[in-house]
Amino acid sequence: MIAFADLLERLLFSPGCNAKLALLRRHFETVPDPDRGLALAAIAGSLEFPSAKPALIRELASRRTDPELFAMSYDYVGDLAETVALMWPTEGGETAPSLSDVVAGLRDTPKSELPALVELWLDACTPSVRLALLKLITGGLRVGATARLAKLALARMSQGRVTDAEIEEIWHALAPPYEPLFAWLEGKGPRPDAAGRPLFRPPMLANPLEESDVASLDPAHYVAEWKWDGIRVQLLGGPEPRLFSRAGEDISAAFPDIVANLAHRVVLDGELLVMREGAVLPFADLQQRLNRKAPTRAMVERFPAHVRLYDMLFEEGEDLRALPFAARRARLETWFARVAPGGADLSPIIGFTTLDQLREMRAGAREAGSEGLMLKRADSPYIAGRPRGLWWKWKREPLSIDAVVMYAQRGHGRRSSFYSDFTFGVWDGEALVPVGKAYSGISDRELAFLDNWVRHNTVARFGPVREVEKSLVLEIAFDGAQRSTRHRSGVALRFPRIARLRRDKPAAEADTLANVTRLIPGERL
Amino acid sequence: MAHPSTWLTTRPAGLYCEPGGFYLDPHGAVTKAVVTHGHSDHARPGHGAVLATAETLAVMHARNAAPASERAIRYGETLVVNGVAITLQPAGHVLGSAQIVLEHAGSRAVVSGDYKRAADPTCATFVPVPCDVFITEATFALPVFRHPPAAAEIARLLASIALFPERTHVVGCYALGKAQRLIALLRGAGWDRPIYLHGALQTLCDLYVELGIELGELRPVGAGSHLAGEIVLAPPSAIADRWARRLGDPVICAASGWMRVRQRAKQGGVELPLVISDHADWPELLSTADDVAAPEIWVTHGREDALIHALGQRGIRGRALRLVGREVEE
Repeated sequence: MIAFADLLERLLFSPGCNAKLALLRRHFETVPDPDRGLALAAIAGSLEFPSAKPALIRELASRRTDPELFAMSYDYVGDLAETVALMWPTEGGETAPSLSDVVAGLRDTPKSELPALVELWLDACTPSVRLALLKLITGGLRVGATARLAKLALARMSQGRVTDAEIEEIWHALAPPYEPLFAWLEGKGPRPDAAGRPLFRPPMLANPLEESDVASLDPAHYVAEWKWDGIRVQLLGGPEPRLFSRAGEDISAAFPDIVANLAHRVVLDGELLVMREGAVLPFADLQQRLNRKAPTRAMVERFPAHVRLYDMLFEEGEDLRALPFAARRARLETWFARVAPGGADLSPIIGFTTLDQLREMRAGAREAGSEGLMLKRADSPYIAGRPRGLWWKWKREPLSIDAVVMYAQRGHGRRSSFYSDFTFGVWDGEALVPVGKAYSGISDRELAFLDNWVRHNTVARFGPVREVEKSLVLEIAFDGAQRSTRHRSGVALRFPRIARLRRDKPAAEADTLANVTRLIPGERL
Repeated sequence: MAHPSTWLTTRPAGLYCEPGGFYLDPHGAVTKAVVTHGHSDHARPGHGAVLATAETLAVMHARNAAPASERAIRYGETLVVNGVAITLQPAGHVLGSAQIVLEHAGSRAVVSGDYKRAADPTCATFVPVPCDVFITEATFALPVFRHPPAAAEIARLLASIALFPERTHVVGCYALGKAQRLIALLRGAGWDRPIYLHGALQTLCDLYVELGIELGELRPVGAGSHLAGEIVLAPPSAIADRWARRLGDPVICAASGWMRVRQRAKQGGVELPLVISDHADWPELLSTADDVAAPEIWVTHGREDALIHALGQRGIRGRALRLVGREVEE
């Protein structure tokens, strides 16, 4: 555990990718199995401890620290695990458990006995080891090392025997502590075999298209589709069908209605939507399904899942990924016409000849129930990751409203001394009702202004939250509005950010709830 | 007895002793001031008359902040001004740093300035003085701030030099106090090679040597020097800036109490954070409150909310003075 904690600390503070790669490689080369494989799993995010949750850390913190001092410390540090690691009341020594002890303990200890075990560990460890331990529990190490970087380090460790692409390809057939993988990399074992198991293949992603890029595109080389407002999925058909999210998470259990239609031996790329009677339902309805690990029959009937297909990666064991997009699309269409699978349709190809036509269609994306356009080069092979210049996403323009700042809270980390998180509202008759919170979009200068403004216009305090004079208007940009129970107004905004400070605008002229409600799909007046 | 709250007040320029007619560490130029130590947020230029330790006055001269007239007193010596007895006692913060003990009308207040309790080879150790009102800083007043022993942090620096002998270790540190303490700690750990200085640190290192603090061989960083395997000290603003590029792949280190919090250390581009502070950490703030046994503690600057909360739990009345012009930098 000490070597692992040391690795995390060094990764965090090493600025360059090369330094991080060197640290990871050295760790994988010098630490024995199974600890090195568990470190790899931790960095790749493939360790899960169902009974060890952040709530456990909060519980321990409340048992061993003063609640107010804890709240103030958390507010300053900005990270739960680090706050507890630093303020834990013992000094700790050098008698830390090993990483495999910790992993086994977190995995196998009954939930009721876990707090006592973690408490013992925390008492025995130094702040640095405590932090590593708590990070394992909270998940997300946040040390600037990704699964991708770890795989590059593994490829380097193999000294040319294995490329990172080969590791990516078999990655989803592997499980911690990855002993066969290390044996293969070190030339001591065979290539780990998927043994016929369906494998998630890393998806190809699009780059955002900036206005300045548009002119340089040659329309003759591109195929256009709508960008659908669902989630990206990969479908693995066959005797053991699976549905994966974009990140490779197996979500089959949550979508039995999709999996039931995947008898054919194909690997498909598409968008998961919720559709009823031919109409795509709002994203909020898809969220209802995503929130459930296993849906009830009523949920499935109320929010039927659907996939809109746009690419085919494998057909009957044949890898199509090296073919041009146009050829894969033709294979997809032929297959689809022959098999006619249920619960699925094809993402239509949009005909166009000029960029201006596309621009016009993008302007109508919102009415068409789409997030914008996708532009794919007709000759592009299917390349894992986000290769430049092949696929573009051209998102629709955001919506915007003028809203009044109602409450402010200090931010975390770098912004921990600034009031930088704002709850804003719109008028419902004579009263303001909150519709969202925004933290981003402002420059440091605007942040300094807002911080100062909040301090001088506070009318009440509720713990860390300040209620402010209802006089400052912000222009809020957002991607869409939906029904929600989170706010008193019954409306929530998706991806809200502060577009501008409207110091010129009187609060009374800010938008009304009716204006916002009109922006919810299907509720236009 | 007249409680200190009847004769110590806050004015726009800072804390003021009414019967004595003088300010304590005022942040603007005033006619009469008593100054705890030479850091620029406590020792401002432009005062008429200043009372302080000889070392603090020497620092003010070196920083072009000398007052029109000055009076030096030694630790433990008492001077009576308009019926207010002023005594200076060591604060353990930097060379010459003092707590100002004020006695008037049967009550005693102690203005501690900035202070620490850990041993420091470059200055006298803090002396707790029992009082009716203790006036404290709160720079590191959160339980997450616990400074490890400075010697252990120096050992980490030396271990890193052993690991990267081909790289220069450049340590960001404040020019007054921190730089000289680091040098003295390195000497204590057996580092007897020359230590290289950024030009901005030279004057105060020279002054420390003049005032009798041994620092060993110090050399200026020349232009175009690579200094592989050496230690360079520089102001925090220079370590991650163009100045450091001449050093050839330097390991950027910083010595400060803030280095305890990772994101804070990371934002400065620091590769090796060293948690070495000249301010009291959380346990020291609380143990000092116990040692001075004051029923009331006033907090000048920093994280006063947490400290006042914790003092309240010990039955001590805390009060935030919210003095302006204090930096919480270290």
